[in-house]
Amino acid sequence: MTLNLDKDRFAEMYQKMLEIRLFEEKIFELYAQNLVPGTIHLYAGEEAVAVGVCSSLRKDDYITSTHRGHGHCIAKGADLKRTMAEILGKKTGYCKGKGGSMHIADFNVGMLGATAVVGAGLPIAVGAGLSIQLRKTDQVVVCFFGEGASNQGTFHESINMASVWRLPVVFVCENNLYAMGTRQSRVMNITDVANRAAAYGIPGEIVDGNDVLAVHEIIGKAVERARKGEGPTLVECKTYRHKGHSRVDPAKYRPKEEVEEWLGKDPIKNFRTYLLAAHFMTEMEIQQIEQNVSIKIEEAVKFALESPFPLAEEALEDVYAQMGGK
Amino acid sequence: MRKISFRDALREALREEMHRDSSVFLLGEDIGRYWGGAFKVTDGLAQEFGDERVRDTPISESAIIGAGVGAAITGMRPVAEIMFGDLTALAMDQIANQAAKMCYMFGGQAKCPLVIRTPFGAGVNIASHHSQSFEAWFMHVPGLHVAVPSTPYDAKGLLKTAIRGNNPVFFCEHKLLYPVEGEVPEEDYTIPFGVADIKRRGEDVTIVATLSMVHKALNAAEELAKESISVEVIDPRTLTPLDKQTIVASVKKTGRLIIVSEDCKTAGVSAEIAAVVAEEAVDYLDAPIKRVTEPDTPIPFSPTLERYVIPDEKTIIKAIREVI
Repeated sequence: MTLNLDKDRFAEMYQKMLEIRLFEEKIFELYAQNLVPGTIHLYAGEEAVAVGVCSSLRKDDYITSTHRGHGHCIAKGADLKRTMAEILGKKTGYCKGKGGSMHIADFNVGMLGATAVVGAGLPIAVGAGLSIQLRKTDQVVVCFFGEGASNQGTFHESINMASVWRLPVVFVCENNLYAMGTRQSRVMNITDVANRAAAYGIPGEIVDGNDVLAVHEIIGKAVERARKGEGPTLVECKTYRHKGHSRVDPAKYRPKEEVEEWLGKDPIKNFRTYLLAAHFMTEMEIQQIEQNVSIKIEEAVKFALESPFPLAEEALEDVYAQMGGK
Repeated sequence: MRKISFRDALREALREEMHRDSSVFLLGEDIGRYWGGAFKVTDGLAQEFGDERVRDTPISESAIIGAGVGAAITGMRPVAEIMFGDLTALAMDQIANQAAKMCYMFGGQAKCPLVIRTPFGAGVNIASHHSQSFEAWFMHVPGLHVAVPSTPYDAKGLLKTAIRGNNPVFFCEHKLLYPVEGEVPEEDYTIPFGVADIKRRGEDVTIVATLSMVHKALNAAEELAKESISVEVIDPRTLTPLDKQTIVASVKKTGRLIIVSEDCKTAGVSAEIAAVVAEEAVDYLDAPIKRVTEPDTPIPFSPTLERYVIPDEKTIIKAIREVI
C-alpha cells in the first residue's frame, strides 16, 4: 500500500461509507412508509467510489452529480440533515424542497448539484474546469456519471473539450453494469468505458470500484495531474448497485448469481475486514464509529420529519436570481 | 450622435464589458482570431483580449452551452455564441433543462449569468437549417430571459444588461440586422429588461413587432401615414420579461392590434402577445387581432419561396387595411 493515510483518515473514510449506506437504507425504509415523495435512486453498494473520490478532494474542489447522487453529496461533505430534509420535500432541505432526491446541491462544499438528465453533468463539469483555468486557481472538478451516460453525445463533446483545453477535470465513470434495466453488453461493444479515453488523447484508468483505497489512490493521481495543469483523466470504477434502479424496481433483469457475487464484494464489509486485519483499527473503535453513524442518521431523520413543508406559494420563488451585483 | 452598425454595437458592448469585468469571456465556434465569428461580431476581440477569453471551440453545441453553465455557476460571466439559431436545438438540454433551472431547482443557491447569443431569421437564402426563428421556444422556458433587439442602440444596451445580470439570457440577433446602422451614444448605458420601446407613435392601430420586423412595420407605417392612417409601432425588446403594460395601454388607445413576427404562427411569439391582449384588453378591441407571421412551414431555399413565407411591408399593410 503506497497510500499515505493515517488512522484518522481511515476512520473518516469508513464513517462516510457507512453514513451513505445507513442513510440509503433509512431512505428505503421511509419510502416504504410513504414518507418520501416521488422516486429514489439508491447509492448503496457504490460507496467506495464516492468516498474514495471525495477523500482525494479539497473542500473548494467541485463535483457534479447524477440522479443517483445521495452518496456524492454525503461524501463531499453535505449535511445529512439538510440532505434528508430535501429528499422528504421539506423547506429546510438544501433546495428548499424544490429539487428533491435527484437535484441536491450544496455550493458551500463545492457540490455543484445533481442533474437528472443522463450525461448532462459532463459539459457543466467542463465549464467549472474552464472557470478554474480562467480564474487561475488550483481547484479541480470531479464529474460523476454512469456507463450509460458514456453513450450520450455530451460524453464525447465534453471529454474532447476538456482534453484540448487541458482542463482540471476528472471524469469518474461509475460502471454498475446496468443503465436502468439495460445491461452494458446489450448497448456497447466494449467492456471498458475507460478505453474511450484514448479517442480523446487522455489517460483512461480502470479500478475496482468496490475498493475504497484503490479508488482513493487512482483518483489521487488523477487529481494531482489535474491540479498541475496536465489535463483531464477518465477513471472507470467497476461497481454494482445493491438495489434496483429506482424505488420499487426489484431488478429481476440481473442474474441471481451475479447479484450474490457482488453482494459478496460489499465495499463496506471489505474495508472493515481490511482495517481490522491490518490492525489500523480495533473492533471497539469500529463499533464506536458504527454507533455514532446510527445516531447521526436518526438525528437526520428526526430533523427531516419534524421540519415543515414549504408554503405552497414558495413554488413561485427562485425562478430568477436577483438582478445586479456580482 | 454618431451612427454605427448593429454588429459594431454588439462588439462594443462585448468589448466594454470585457474591460469592465475580468470574469466576462466569450466562447463559440470560430469566434476567435482566425474568423471573428460567422457574422464578424467578435472580429478583433481575440487580438485585444487573447485566445483564452475569446475562445474558439470544437463544433459541440451542447458542450459550449454546458461549459457556459458550469463557468457561470462558479463565478464567471460567459457569453456563448451559437453560430446559427437553428443549432440551438443541439444544445437544448443545456439551455432549457440546465441553465434555466439551476437557480430554481437548487433552491436559489446557484446563479447562472450566462448569455447565449445567436442569429435567427431568413432572408439570405440559406434554407431550412440556417434561417429559422425559434425565439418562442425559449419564452416557454421559465428561468430564461429572452432579448430581441431591433436597433444598434437597443442591441448594445440590452447586451450590457444581459451580461451584468444574474440570470441566463437568450439573446436573439437577426442576421439581416447586422449591417443596419443607427445612433449609439459613446457613453456607457444599459437598457432594462421588460421595457418596450414605442418606435413610432400613432392613434389608429397598434403593431407589436420584433427584430427585423420592427423595420418592416415602420416602413409600412410610413407608407400608410401618406393616407393619414396613424400606426403605433411597439418593439417589446425583450420577450421575457414581456412589457405587457405598454402593449395593453397602446391597444386600449387604438382598439386594434397587429402582431408581426418572423417565427411560425402556431404557438409562436404572436400567439403569446395575442393571448395577453385577449386576457387584459379584449373589451377595448374594435377589430379582431391580426397576426402576420411565417405560415408554419420550414424555411424554403429558393428566393421566390423564401420571400413568400417571410412577412414584408406588403403583408403588413394588407393586415392593417383589414382591421381599419
